[in-house]
Amino acid sequence: MVPVPCRVMRTYQETGDTFTLELESLSQDGFSFRPGQFNMLYIHGVGEVPISISGDPHKPESVVHTVRVVGIVTWGIKKLRRRDFLGIRGPFGTPWPVDLAEGNDVVIVAGGIGLAPLRPAIYDILARREKFGKFVLLYGTRGPSDILYFRQLEDWRARFDFDLHVTVDRAFGPWKGNVGVVTTLIPKAHFDPVNTVALICGPEVMMRFTILELLKKGIPEDKIFISMERNMKCGIGLCGHCQFGPHIVCRDGPVFPYSAVRHLLGIREI
Amino acid sequence: METLQPILAEHPFFQKLEPEYLALITGCASNVKFDAGTYIFREGEEAHHFYLIRQGKVGLEIFIPELGPVTVQTAGEGELIGWSWLVPPYEWHFDGQALELTRAIALNAKCLRQKCEADHDLGYQLLKRFVTIMEQRLQATRLQLLDLYGSRT
Repeated sequence: MVPVPCRVMRTYQETGDTFTLELESLSQDGFSFRPGQFNMLYIHGVGEVPISISGDPHKPESVVHTVRVVGIVTWGIKKLRRRDFLGIRGPFGTPWPVDLAEGNDVVIVAGGIGLAPLRPAIYDILARREKFGKFVLLYGTRGPSDILYFRQLEDWRARFDFDLHVTVDRAFGPWKGNVGVVTTLIPKAHFDPVNTVALICGPEVMMRFTILELLKKGIPEDKIFISMERNMKCGIGLCGHCQFGPHIVCRDGPVFPYSAVRHLLGIREI
Repeated sequence: METLQPILAEHPFFQKLEPEYLALITGCASNVKFDAGTYIFREGEEAHHFYLIRQGKVGLEIFIPELGPVTVQTAGEGELIGWSWLVPPYEWHFDGQALELTRAIALNAKCLRQKCEADHDLGYQLLKRFVTIMEQRLQATRLQLLDLYGSRT
């Protein structure tokens, strides 16, 4: 697959090391994707990285990515300015099972930049809010200055049909919100465990402890979904860089039912 | 006269506790209210009480020179704050600030310690509940120490 050039419409800084990039879809039909999928972003002469799509699946006119600067490619993406081009391949990977969650309560647990791949699912659920039961978003991050989509979270929290809680690991200054790891929010959240679908994305350790809390609360294993992160290179299941046991994450994931990977999460060698 | 026993019985910390023990504990309980911004206790002070929060939010803070107060944990409705009253020298190790209007049940430490000494079954029931909370908070603290969301580069 050859990267398709896309033009940068705008970029905005989210936190100290994270920014959101809005690209113009050059296709006449717009850019179609499902929540949870990712694109390979290519900077000519520098390299390619897999980045989750963080935009609204109901707005195909643009392609939105939230990127954390961690290496030379992401640094190259950060340096792009309005009207610059970058290459895109995708969308790739399995989506969040938003359709499957219809008729259920939905609990989303996000940690750090893990909120970015979950944002399209949030948009999707809010776009057809009447089809779901209770909707809970629990978001944990390092400190108040690391909170992604701050304004948007404030707007969402003002809604009457959305139960949203944010916590930070530690807080300096005037922060009056919750302090503590995201798992501490789970016992206090209100939902009907047996009829709840849980979507989790964040660092793997955070996901493991989140799953334990959700299971303790009574959510069945097969209704818990996680997004795995591995070293994805080709995006189409050919190179094997992102092998996770019998799975190729870029093709079989990144979203997996917990029941499908439970036995692999405890194996340190993979 | 109406006592605080029904309120204590409803608090998650005392769920399934025998009424005879609840009655003993109620004798050490009082209703308290703290306005937002009030310091409920300060590091180094004697831990006269522990608190069952009924409404509001309390932040546990530690003061770091040049940084100021750092909040390391918050506790809200249905949660408990304080176990320094259990361990000699019975002094607070953090500052506790009401982050919003907070209503709580304060349990008098000396009164409870005396009752626990006199009735070890009561002491065991209380300790079982405290150990559960300590274990949860220790686990949470270990996760916080991992700095999971920090950059790896």
